[in-house]
This record gives sequence, structure tokens and C-alpha cells, in this order.
Amino acid sequence: MMASSYNAKEEDANHPGAANHAGVVKSKKPDNTAFKQQRLPAWQPILTAGTVLPAFFVIGLIFIPIGIGLYVTSNNIKEFEIDYTGANIDNPCYNCAKNFSWNSTAQCSCIVPFTLEQPFESNVFMYYGLSNFYQNHRRYVKSRDDSQLNGDRSALTSPSKECEPYRTGEGSPIAPCGAIANSLFNDTLQLYHIDSNGTFNEIPLVKKGIAWWTDKHVKFRNPGGNNNLTVAFQGTSKPVNWRKPVFELDPEDPENNGFINEDFIVWMRTAALPTFRKLYRIIQKKPSTTPTLPSGKYVLNVTYNYPVLSFDGRKRMILSTISWMGGKNPFLGIAYITVGSICFFLGVVLLIIHHKYDNRNNSADIPN
Amino acid sequence: METQQECACDKLVREEERHVKANARDYNESFSYADNHIKTSKYNVLTFLPINLFEQFQRVANAYFLLLLILQLIPGISSLSWFTTIVPLVLVLVITAVKDATDDFFRYKSDQQVNNRQSQVLISGSLQNEKWMKIRVGDIIKLENNQFVAADILLLSSSEPYGLCYIETAELDGETNLKVRQALTITSDFGDISKLMDFDGEVICEPPNNKLDKFTGTLHLRDSKHPLDNENLLLRGCVLRNTEWCFGMVIFAGLQTKLMQNCGRTTFKRTSIDKLMNTLVLWIFAFLICMGVVLAIGNTLWESWTDRNFQVFLPWDDFQSSAVFSGFLTFWSYIIILNTVMPISLYVSVEVLRLGHSYFINWDQRMYHSQTNTAAEARTTTLNEELGQVEYVFSDKTGTLTQNIMVFKKCSINGQTYGDVYDEFKQKMEITEKTDCVDFSFNPLYDRGFKFYDGRLVEAIKLEDPAEQDFFRLLALCHTVMPEEKSEGHLVYQAQSPDEGALVTAARNFGFVFRTRTPETITLCELGRAVTYQLLAILDFNNVRKRMSVIVRNPQGQIKLYSKGADTIIFDLLDPSNEDLMYTTSEHLNGFAGEGLRTLALAYKDLDEDYFEVWMKKFISASTVIENREDQLAVLYEEIEQGLKLLGATAIEDKLQDGVPETIASLALADIKIWVLTGDKLETAMNIGYSCHMLRDDMNEVFVISGHTLLEVQQQLRSAKEQILGLSRVSSAGHVEKAEMFADGSVYEETIIAEYALVINGHSLAHAMEPQLEHVLLDLACLCKTVICCRVTPMQKAQVVELVKGHKRAVTLAIGDGANDVSMIKTAHIGVGISGQEGMQAVLASDYSFAQFRYLRRLLLVHGRWSYFRMCNFLWYFFYKNFAFTLVHFWYGFFCGFSAQTVYDQWFITLFNIVYTSLPVLAMGLFDQDVSDQNSLHYPSLYKPGQSKTSSSTNDGSYISDQQVFAVTIATSLVIVVNVQIGLDTHYWTVVNHFFVWGSLIVYFAILFAMQSDGMFGIFTSSFPFVGTARNCLSEKSVWLVILLTSVVCVVPGMAVSFLRVELFPTLTDKGPQEQSLRRVRRTSSHRSAYAFSHQQGYGELITSGKNMKMSTASSTGSPGRTPQSSTWIENMLKRKNAVSGVSDEITGAPAKTD
Repeated sequence: MMASSYNAKEEDANHPGAANHAGVVKSKKPDNTAFKQQRLPAWQPILTAGTVLPAFFVIGLIFIPIGIGLYVTSNNIKEFEIDYTGANIDNPCYNCAKNFSWNSTAQCSCIVPFTLEQPFESNVFMYYGLSNFYQNHRRYVKSRDDSQLNGDRSALTSPSKECEPYRTGEGSPIAPCGAIANSLFNDTLQLYHIDSNGTFNEIPLVKKGIAWWTDKHVKFRNPGGNNNLTVAFQGTSKPVNWRKPVFELDPEDPENNGFINEDFIVWMRTAALPTFRKLYRIIQKKPSTTPTLPSGKYVLNVTYNYPVLSFDGRKRMILSTISWMGGKNPFLGIAYITVGSICFFLGVVLLIIHHKYDNRNNSADIPN
Repeated sequence: METQQECACDKLVREEERHVKANARDYNESFSYADNHIKTSKYNVLTFLPINLFEQFQRVANAYFLLLLILQLIPGISSLSWFTTIVPLVLVLVITAVKDATDDFFRYKSDQQVNNRQSQVLISGSLQNEKWMKIRVGDIIKLENNQFVAADILLLSSSEPYGLCYIETAELDGETNLKVRQALTITSDFGDISKLMDFDGEVICEPPNNKLDKFTGTLHLRDSKHPLDNENLLLRGCVLRNTEWCFGMVIFAGLQTKLMQNCGRTTFKRTSIDKLMNTLVLWIFAFLICMGVVLAIGNTLWESWTDRNFQVFLPWDDFQSSAVFSGFLTFWSYIIILNTVMPISLYVSVEVLRLGHSYFINWDQRMYHSQTNTAAEARTTTLNEELGQVEYVFSDKTGTLTQNIMVFKKCSINGQTYGDVYDEFKQKMEITEKTDCVDFSFNPLYDRGFKFYDGRLVEAIKLEDPAEQDFFRLLALCHTVMPEEKSEGHLVYQAQSPDEGALVTAARNFGFVFRTRTPETITLCELGRAVTYQLLAILDFNNVRKRMSVIVRNPQGQIKLYSKGADTIIFDLLDPSNEDLMYTTSEHLNGFAGEGLRTLALAYKDLDEDYFEVWMKKFISASTVIENREDQLAVLYEEIEQGLKLLGATAIEDKLQDGVPETIASLALADIKIWVLTGDKLETAMNIGYSCHMLRDDMNEVFVISGHTLLEVQQQLRSAKEQILGLSRVSSAGHVEKAEMFADGSVYEETIIAEYALVINGHSLAHAMEPQLEHVLLDLACLCKTVICCRVTPMQKAQVVELVKGHKRAVTLAIGDGANDVSMIKTAHIGVGISGQEGMQAVLASDYSFAQFRYLRRLLLVHGRWSYFRMCNFLWYFFYKNFAFTLVHFWYGFFCGFSAQTVYDQWFITLFNIVYTSLPVLAMGLFDQDVSDQNSLHYPSLYKPGQSKTSSSTNDGSYISDQQVFAVTIATSLVIVVNVQIGLDTHYWTVVNHFFVWGSLIVYFAILFAMQSDGMFGIFTSSFPFVGTARNCLSEKSVWLVILLTSVVCVVPGMAVSFLRVELFPTLTDKGPQEQSLRRVRRTSSHRSAYAFSHQQGYGELITSGKNMKMSTASSTGSPGRTPQSSTWIENMLKRKNAVSGVSDEITGAPAKTD
């Protein structure tokens, strides 16, 4: 970089007058500090048999119990999953799936019976699952306007360009805009328990509390507060695929309507992988000792609005209890056990190698 | 600076001849010559930003990122927000700009300082103080003693007789000895202002150029022309010495001075790590393109098979008409996303590391020399890690290996040696610091710096033993030293070679004090009595004669010839009666030579008055002839120097710098080959070779190549090589084939166990460097443990370095102290200058400078090794973390429809490299030590190039469904893994490391929560969509379990592998190397002549002419030994000097230092 090797200061260095001016020649001796002399006190971990082998054994000994614990916990979690896509002819929803049309106003519903072999204790979580659904596609992910969803008025009337082609419809801005909102999952699922008498008892499904608090209270907000959404959303149009506008998502509960509708919020939190599940409802445990969902026969009543067959997608309904570690996830436990075992095994192998080669190079490590 | 240089060159092109008129500013200004203002700074306040940015974007990396930024602004492609690129880019640009600005500011300051120096200028009839920058071409300026010359000026007159003045040219060529410049006779009496005012001469001369030793021009004065040459010119950068004042006329000013014209652009040296880095970056770029292509193809396929049907929920964009086009766009999107493999901060980080390493070199107390108050200095900050890979060291001798200080060590007088110290059992004792030295206080004029340990010699003197007395009388008389007695008894000798100084000083201490000289007398103080000798003739030294003599008449009226010279020469001239003494002395001389001392034999002769009269007449007539004067004089000298009587011999130690043999031994153990390249004589060079144990008597063979023709040299080289390879029996017929067969001697190199040494002189080297022989030379040289090249010119030094550099692909280091080493220092990969003694030239050209050769050991074995080690670890880790970071995206591409969706939060991408992970890796790169400095020095074989390691990255998927949670989990795992990994890679955990590693983790979480806080979301809704994710996801226990699992899974394999490596293939660092003792070899004596006398011809004449004596006016005539026309004499001498400098730049006006 330096274009010149000439430095006028150096021309001065030998100037006998220069030294006289300063009186005593300044010593250029570098400071004797630990930092400058690179003698900072330091901890020097060295990979020796004494440190590595115990580390492997310790990792093994910690991981295997954790893994077993996780596995057992995961196994205690009860989970039930049923596919109601209707891809096959023997599926109750086959007709609904086959006859689906965007334009029809008539709703098609189907009844899917199933049996729970074991009773589900405590709170039961009800999920819907989609497969082969690319909620993580870049164009899909970015097709939303967070300002609009946060209740920003200007964004409501002129949504972000990212929302294209679901930005405007019928001449007015779409609220909520974008592909994510447009593809909101809109099947309605109802659960019935068939008791010993053969009567259908509808199981109460709680639809609040399924979204994160931060999402519901910070990230998503209705324009102009929660009262009178009809006025607030005036001048906007509903997303193309929707049957009803956003302010009618839950007309009975103003705390769950518009942008802060929890089903909507859950959907807007895009999935990382093309196969995913989203929380749909919570079945609260009963105050009595009876299980939340006793074993027996059940019926899932599906209002079939959501087409997935065109892209070979699948829809599932999942019932699951949870534990301290979340939902059923045997993989984590198995992974822990595997890693722990491998570490332990490696420890043993390395120990053998160490002993075998120990005699060969018994010279001392360099003292540091 | 560059621009200035260029514009100076432009002027040079236009200007074909320079016309300068004294005292005529108007006339001179019409040519618009440069004024004396210098500017080495590059920018000013206004131009800084545009010029600096322009320069920075010329770097490939910066330009690349600019391109990337542009790509990101295209909406169809943009997969990342613009800030992910612009934040790091701006950061990098700002850091570099700040560094450039400070550098430039310091240059500006030093320019200012120089420009504002005061100088006395003759303006309108009086001397006025002016700033340097105000001086114009044609001005007449006055210089005083010890002042810097302000511009290139023509010397007009001075305080000294004959318009002589003395200058020191240390800044220009590194020589500290004084040089003589002389004003033209016609101007030399311009001592007062009125004469100078009237001076209206015009100088017509060559245009500005960078040749320091050439100048041609003419002075037109009142219709007469006077030729001008370099001897009339004082160059900017010189210092006026021993001259009260002088006047001069400015010829070249400012940037057109020869000094500034010489400040050419220093070539930018690149290290092999630089090259490795560039290659790696290229490979990574290729890898990036490959990944992009794979993902683009994936995208095309996916779009046509899957996404076609998914359009219900995700319709195609308008422009996305075909899957192929979508793939094309995806390619660019992925280039943007995956650009994090391209290490943008790498270059900056490497710069920072190198700067840090340089500071550690500057700060190292163990490379500080307190005597000269010089600390080591890394003048270039870019070569540090190269110091860890040096294979060849090329060293200068004088001033580098030796101190250029000669010490009178021993002598042999009349068959008796003095100088050794014996204990009571007559055992020779080692002389150490503690040994008592002889007390010279009986002699009031003794030199306190002189040390001698053998008390017997003083006793002998005190007993007035005539042999001893004559011995020292000779030393006090036979020389060309000039005395300077500043105050009574405070004598300073101005010796033109350090050998002479040492001998005269020795005589002084032993009671034969050389006090004053006039052209025809020498006054000694012999044991307290003042004795004046009449100096009749000086029979000067030259390289053929290898001796000098003086003829003096002592107060008793006897005429004596005293002679000193090489033993072989003197022994031939001895009277046959001296034979016994000659044998004894010869034995002593061998002993001295065996100890690596430089020897001289001393002899005298009583001359008959009549004989001398006759000889003197012949001598005077021969002195005045013009043709063949030298030859005639030589014959006369020969005639009178016959039948000498031997007095004895002296042994002078050419003092090695401290710790040289140890350093060389330890570098040799580190497999660093040391070649000595010196301008000195073969004998001297070999002598030094022996005394620093580069040559040893137990070596199998020391090949001396000294052929004068190409054929001879070829023969010698071949036979030496064959001898080494054991192929000497091969018939001469097979020569050519053989030569070809072992053309690549490197195969054999490893198998040669025996130790050989090669000594080659300059003439032979010139032949050996011919294209057809250079391979033979190189192979032979590489088979030898030691290579010494003597009598080489600076150009040849550079050629030798070039040869090795070009053919061996090894890192070379050149170390030297003088101007003659500059070319070699510039040629080698690394140039080291010895600072603190000689001038600045070598230091200015060097990359590193320190005061003592022995610091080279610490520079290479400690700093170099650490730098290399740190840099390798740093690079490996840097690439590792970038790959780990980026490959996640590649993997994720298969799950998100190859849509170039990022896994992480955009802010994480922005900050990952520059905030979360940069400091710990920097701390490692700065502070890591695998082996302490003591051990590095103790086990030189630790110094071997490290192997490059390969990186592996492991990434797992996990089961978390929400994308933002997924992003935070992966990001957290990544930050933890990367920091744990650096923890494992760090060998030396200082406070700073702890602070940075833990700090990075804390900062990561702090920023994570801050950026995902409600507040940030409230302010910039669209930039921070991750609101609350961290809080929600990190409160999940399973997320932590996943993070723990991934961290362990990523770290354990690396740990196991490195453990296995340590166990199975231990390197020297891991296991204690076998104790390598630094061999200290005591050399037995061998029969070698060690004559050395670094003298130059011509000074005898200078003395007898009285030209250089200020007091000479008193007795300027009537002495028989002098030629009356002294001015012709000076011209002779100058002519001779020019002739010498014509042959090689090396000896230009450097009589004190033949090296």
C-alpha cells in the first residue's frame, strides 16, 4: 500500500540536534507488560488421554440416561393420527375431495370414525397436519405484510408489494394480503364421542390459547382496536380463497376476530418443513378423574373446504397429550441414546488405543 | 504518492536539460521546476473519500460484494435483504479507510515537519531564514555543520580550504563514514555574501533522475565553461559534517531531488498464505457456483414436477413463465444466500491479525537492544506468517554477522605470544567478562575502551624490551590514521579501516601514543616522552601488494622502514637471517588463524642514508610521470622493501555480533539454510565462516570455487558435485549425461549425510550464474550445509537470492545492514535490516528491522512460528465456520423446494460473521500459543511448516415445525457449536479469549432477545418479524435438548479425530522432541592464512599531500616526499575512486567498509 519507502521522520532520526532538543533520549524499550510480551496468564487445555477419555465417558454417561428418560417420556405421550384427505376410495372423505370446487357454495362434510384404544389423560391437543405443503417456499414465506397484520392503517389500504399477486382484488386492497393468508386452512373439525349407548357427544374444543402470547398481543393487531371491525376493514376485500372476510372469522368473540384470530395467527406462523402440523384446538381435562378422552369410539366431523389433492398433499388430524418436553418425539430420545452410546464406545476404543500406543511414545509432553 | 511520482516522471519526460541560473528567481521560475515542498501523503480532506473508495473497490473481494449488493436489489432474485451485505461491507470499508487515513495522516505530519525545517537562504543581499518548502531552484543557501542538506545543491564554497566539505550519506546509501565533496576552484573563494550576490553563473545539467552516484552538467560563468560531476554536488538527505559552513546553489528541489526520485514504489510482497487464501477463495467460489447450479437444477425440476400443482396456493410470478427461467433466477438467489461461504471479513481479519502480530514483534523486549536503544520493528505488516516458513537465509557479513569492530586480541613479538591468560598451573584460561584486564593507568593517554588481559606484555614494555618497543612503535607509525585531539589527552582516531584503528589504539595503550601528524612529521608520545619522527614516504597499500610501509627518520637521525602486511607476503621479503623467528611466528600465526583472528605480520628495516637518497630521487620522479606511474612506483616499492627484519605479528578479532554462532546453530537445527553473501575477501569471509561455526574443520570437505573462466568454474562445480554424490570415478566421457541425470539433485539431497561447505567468489559466481551452469550451482549449493559467496556485488547478491527463490520455491529471507544489501533485501521474500549502527538505507528497504543478528532466531522461531501457526488455525477455523453456516442453507434447499429460502433470521446472517463469531477467532489468531516461546527456541525443529487441516461440518435436522423457531434453534446451535469448536482449537486461553468467547455468546443472546423484542418490532415492523420467537422457543426445554445434542454431535467427532492424531501420529508439538543440543564446537587449529586488512588504496597519498589537514598551511612546501601540485593529486584520487565505483556500486566511496 505504501507507495513510498521514504519517510521524512526517519530522515530526522539521526539528526544530532534532535536529540539535544529532547534532552535525554527517550528510551524505545518496549513496555514490560504481560500483554505486550505475550505472557498473559493462560489456561492451556491439551487434548491428552487424561482429559479426552473422561470427557467421552462423561458424555456417554450423561447422554444415555437423558436419552432413556426422553424416550420413556415420549412413549408415555399418547398420540393418535388419522388421515382424512380422501385420496382413496375407501376414505369417507373421498367424495368431498373428488367433488371439490372453488365455486360451490354448498359445503361438503364427511364423517370419519375412529377408535381410541387407550384413554387420553390431561389436556389433549388437537392438531391438523399437512404434508407436501411448501409453507417454507421463499415466495410463499415473504408473501405477507407484517405492518398490515400489526394494524397499520396505511399498510391496510396499500399493502406491501411482497403480497403480489394477492395484493389487491376487485379494485380494493386485500386484507390480510399475501399468499400465506390466502391459503388459510379452513376445514372445520368437530369431535364426537360415541358412548356405550351409541349417542354422539360433542367434545368441547377450546379455540383460544393456541397461539403465542407475543403473536396475539404484539405482532398481530387489528386496525383501530378490536371493536367494530366491519368499519375498520371497510374498503378492503377478502382474500380470493376465503369464503368470508377477515372480520367474520369469529363474529362471536371480538378478542378472537380479525387479525387476532388465533387460527389465523397459527397459520401465519409458517412451517419450516413441507410436512408439518399446527395446533387446532385444545381439549381441556375434566375436573373429575375421568380421562379427557376415554378409550372408545369417536367420530371426526370434517367440513371439507381445503383442497390438497391437486398437489398430492395430505391432511391429517392428530390428537396428542404433551409432557414437559413437548409433544411425542421418540427421535430425540433415540438420538441421545445413540450419541451417548457412541461416545462411550469411542471412549473405550480410544482407551484401548491409548494403552496400546502408550508405551511407544512415553516421552513427556512439552511443559508449557 | 503514486500520483506525485507520476507527475514528477511526466516532467522528467518533458525536461531534457535543466537550466538553472543563480540569484535569478524570475528566470528559473519560467521553467516551472518543482519547488522544495515534498508531499508523500496520498489524500487531502476532500479527495480522501473518493480516492480511498476507488482504491478499496479495486480489491476483488470488495468488488465482489458490491456486485452482490446490486444483485440483491433486483426484486426477482433478492433472497436476502440488502442490509445483510451492506452492513459487513460498510464495516470493512470503514475499518480499512480509518487505517489508511491514520497512515496518511502520519505521512502528512512528517511531511509537514520536514517542510517546515529552517534553512538560511540568500535573498536580496542578506541571509534569511526560510522554511525548506519555500526554497526554489537557483537559490543560494547556507548550510552549517551537522545540518541536513535541504535539496540537491551545487557546492560553491566552504569553510575548509580548497572548497572541500565533508558529508555523511547515511540516509542515501547507508554508509556512515565521511565523504569528501569539493567545490569548483572558480567558486571556492565565494566565502562572503557580496561575492555570492554577484554570482550569476548558469548551470546546464541533466534532468532529474534517480542515479545517486552520477551527475553531469556544466557551469557557465562569464563565458567560461566548467564541467560538473557528482563530486561537486551535495544531495538532499546528506548531513554536513566537520565543516563549519558551506554555500550551495539549489539544482534540484523537492520531489525532483535524487533522494525523492529514489523512493520508488516498493513492490508489494505477497505471502504464500496470501496465495493460499486467494486460491482457497477461488475454489470456494467454484464450490459456490456448483452449489448454485445443483440447487438451480433442483429448482427447475421441482418447479416443473411439484410446484406446477401447488399453484393453487402459490401462483407463479408473471415473469416466471418457465421452470428453466425460474431455475436461472434461483441460481442467482442462491449465489446471494450462499455468499456467506465467501469470507468477506477474511481479508480484514487477516489484516487485523497481521497488524497484531507486527505489534507483538515491535513490543518484544527480547528483541530490544539497549545499547543502541533500538527495538525491533515490523515495517511491513503483511509478511508475518511467512516468517514461519523460511527455508533459506541470506546474510550479509559485515555489520550483520560481525560488528565491524576490530579488537586487538593477541600478538606474537620476537617469537613470544601474548594475549592468552594462564592460571597458576600454566593452563590456558577462558577469557570471560570476569577476567581482570590489564591496568593501563600508568599511561595518561590510554583509551578506556581497550581491553587486554595478558599482563606480561605490559611488563615487557615497562622493562623497555627493544623488540616490544619497536613492535608498538611500528604500529604507531605505519598507518594512515588521522588523530583528532579535542581536548588535552582526549584523542580520537579517524581510521579509514577498523583494523588500523584497532592497531593504533593498541599501540596507544601500550605507551606508544600516536598524537599528531603533519604531512611530513608524526609525533608520538613514547612512554611519556614526546618524540617526533620525520615522515619521508608512505608506501601505500594496494590489493596486489597486500602491505604498506612508511619510511621515517627518527630523532636520532636514523632512517627506518616499517612495514606491515599479509604474512605470506612479508615472509617472502624477510632477510634470510630471520628464518628461525619466521617459523616460530608462522606457527603462532596458524594458531591465531585457527581461532578466527585476522592477522598481519610486522617487519622493519634500517635504511642507509645514501641508499635512501638515491631511492627517493627515483621515487619523486616516478611520482610525477603520468604514464605507468603505478607500475613504476610498484617496482620502486618492491625494491626498497627487501631484506626486512621480522618483528612479529598481530591478531585482530573481527568481533562477531553477540550470539551469532548460537543463532546460526539453532537456525540450522530448524532446517534453515544460511548463505553468507559478502563483498569481503575470500579469506576474511572464510574466517568469519569458521568463527561462527558455519565452517568447521570436521566437515568432510570445503569446496572453494575460484575459477576465472566459465570452463574452470564448470569443472570445479562438477567435480565438487561428483565428489559429494560419490560419483567421482565416472569417466569424463560421461560428463554430460551424468550432469543431466542428476539435474534434479533434490532427490539426493536428503540422503547426503556428510557435511560439505561451498565457498565461491564473485568472479566464479558470475560464471556460475550463467544459464547453463546455474542448475549445477544450485544443486551443489543445496547439497552443502554452508554456502559462502565472497566478493559479490550487490547485484549478484540479488541474483543469488533470485536463483534460489525462482528454482527452489522456498521462502527466502535476506538480512543485511548496508546500502549494498538493499537489492538483496528487496529481492528476497522477506527482507530484514539491521538497524542502529549503519545508515537507514537497508532498514528503509526492509520488512523487518532490529539491532542484532541474534534476534533473527527469535523472529523466526518464535514470532514466525506463532504467526504461521495462528494464521493456519485461523484460516481453517474461519472456513469451517463459514461452511457450517452456509451448508445449512444447501441442505435446507432440498426441503423448501429449492426456493432460496433462508434458514436464519436475516439479522443473524448479517451479524453472524462480524459480531457473533469474529472476536473469538480473532483472539485465537492473536494470542494462541501451542508451544511457549522458550520451547520454540529450545527445540528449533518445531519450526517446520504446519500441515493444512481439512474442515468438516456436520449439521442435523430437527423436528421443530415452526420456521422461526427452527431458525432460532439452528442459529443458537450454530453459535454454540462454533464457539465450542474454537474453544477446542484454542491452545492458550488468555483472559481476552475467555472474554471474547463468553462475550460472543452473551452478545448473541442479548442481540437475539433485543431484536426479537416488542420494542424493535414496534419501531421497525417489517425488519424484525421474529418478534417473540426467542422468548417462546428458548423457554421450551426440548429446544435446549436439541441444541445440546447438536453441539455434542458436531464437536465429538473432531475431538476424537484430533485425539487419535495426537495418539497415533504425534507431531513434534504434541510430544516432546528429543533434546537437540546446540552443538558448540571447539575448533582445532588448522593451517590457514587469515590475512585480512580491509584497506583501500590512496590514503597514503592523501596524508602526504596534506590535503586533508586543516593545519597544513604552516609547512606546505619544502618537503621532499610530496608532489607539489596537490590539486592534481586530489583529482587522481577522485578519478581512482570513480573508476572503482564504475566497476561496482558497492565500493562507492565506502573505504571504511569493503563489504
